[in-house]
Amino acid sequence: MNYLASVGSYAIMIREVFKKPTKWRIMKTLILKEIDELIFSSLGIIIFISFFIGAVVAIQTALNLTNPLIPRNLIGFATRQSVILEFAPTFVSIIMAGKVGSYITSSIGTMRVTEQIDALEVMGVNSLNYLVFPKIIAMLFYPFAIAISMYVGIFGGWMAGVLGGFLTSTDFVTGLQTDFVPFHIAYAFIKTLLFAFIIATIPSFHGFYMKGGALEVGKASTTAFVWTSVVIIILNYILTQLLLG
Amino acid sequence: MIDVQDIHKSFGDAHILKGISTKLEKGKTNLIIGQSGSGKTVFLKCLLGLFSPEEGNIVYDGKKYADLSDNEKRELRQEMGMVFQGSALFDSMTVEGNVMFPLEMFTKQSKTEMQDRVNAVLKRVNLIDAHHKFPSEISGGMQKRVAIARAIVMNPKYLFCDEPNSGLDPKTAILIDNLIKEITEEYNITTVINTHDMNSVMQIGEKIIFLKDGYKEWEGTKNEIFKTDNEAVTNFVYSSDLFKKVRQMYIEERN
Repeated sequence: MNYLASVGSYAIMIREVFKKPTKWRIMKTLILKEIDELIFSSLGIIIFISFFIGAVVAIQTALNLTNPLIPRNLIGFATRQSVILEFAPTFVSIIMAGKVGSYITSSIGTMRVTEQIDALEVMGVNSLNYLVFPKIIAMLFYPFAIAISMYVGIFGGWMAGVLGGFLTSTDFVTGLQTDFVPFHIAYAFIKTLLFAFIIATIPSFHGFYMKGGALEVGKASTTAFVWTSVVIIILNYILTQLLLG
Repeated sequence: MIDVQDIHKSFGDAHILKGISTKLEKGKTNLIIGQSGSGKTVFLKCLLGLFSPEEGNIVYDGKKYADLSDNEKRELRQEMGMVFQGSALFDSMTVEGNVMFPLEMFTKQSKTEMQDRVNAVLKRVNLIDAHHKFPSEISGGMQKRVAIARAIVMNPKYLFCDEPNSGLDPKTAILIDNLIKEITEEYNITTVINTHDMNSVMQIGEKIIFLKDGYKEWEGTKNEIFKTDNEAVTNFVYSSDLFKKVRQMYIEERN
């Protein structure tokens, strides 16, 4: 029953976010600040993780290719498919649910605890629009981060494959080009956009409606991460079935 | 003036406000006192429009809150200033940013006009040198003064303060009390202060409302509170030794 009530409150929150917009002059600054906080400051960790995961995917594939009849360029193919279809959009989104999600919950939660949200409400500001809308817009740039993740992941696979002596550069590139389906990129970006919305809104919900003090801010961050991850995983399944099934 | 007419507020089974009626007067400091759990904060939040009473009306200078449209309610809120117990300053903004925030949000003033207004109110609260400091870099008393500056920057008709001197040393508390009283008179606004502090009551209480268990138990002036025979009020007021002695002296003097 509590879960249902939370889903209802979440839907009401989303509706409120798009009501009574804040002045564009102020909103513009808030959006730019959020792009910096949520996207640019995450690029380092995204690039780091993508590179090594791409490399590991390539090595694991190479080590499992024991049959001499299977061409070595399959390593490039497998790296591309893993990175584009699942690793970059889904795995990175789970990481972002932790990094960006906990930042969102704790920053909004702290504003709740210190009555800053009440102060906004008393002034007549739509606090949900002021706090959450810029985060949603900033997260529209998330697909650019995922595009970088895809590129770096495949580059990591190439580095590990070629420098590790598992295949030649030409084989890897041949594998990358084999059976390429452009819709897979579209599928990955559709998922990414929906995950971006989830990463911006579920942690905001947990921060905005939290009650208590500093300890509860920490608890809300953990809960937000768990629920954001759960929703991403379930949504990933549904979207894969709908778009590729 | 704020006319509170028989308001009731509940949360689930808990009936917090049980029919409170009073008139909060313009140009005066109206103090709400009472023990913790008496309903003071809920009452204040009802006055601010953060909670909607289930029964009764709150009328702000002839405007009945319940009858206002969403836009009118928002406009009315822009006529309210609030000083929170913990100051509630935006910690990502400087002192200047905090005070300028309502102007940026709700006016079409130029940057220079806003700057002039911010300078004027910061000067009024004796904080002219703290423009570029962040809330975490200033003392509790200074934070309260910034909160007061932010509350009055839009020339409000109503000023609400939730325990404005909690956590402050007695000297700073007196400064804050006096500042609020002076601003109330200067701007001719309706000021409502929620407090536990009997020093504030003695210092600036022009009208005092005593709440007990969600009811209005007593109301009067600071002179009347010493003379009242209401047991709940006397128990509350004279819970400190200092005030017990003052009371004793008063009775001896009277006899």
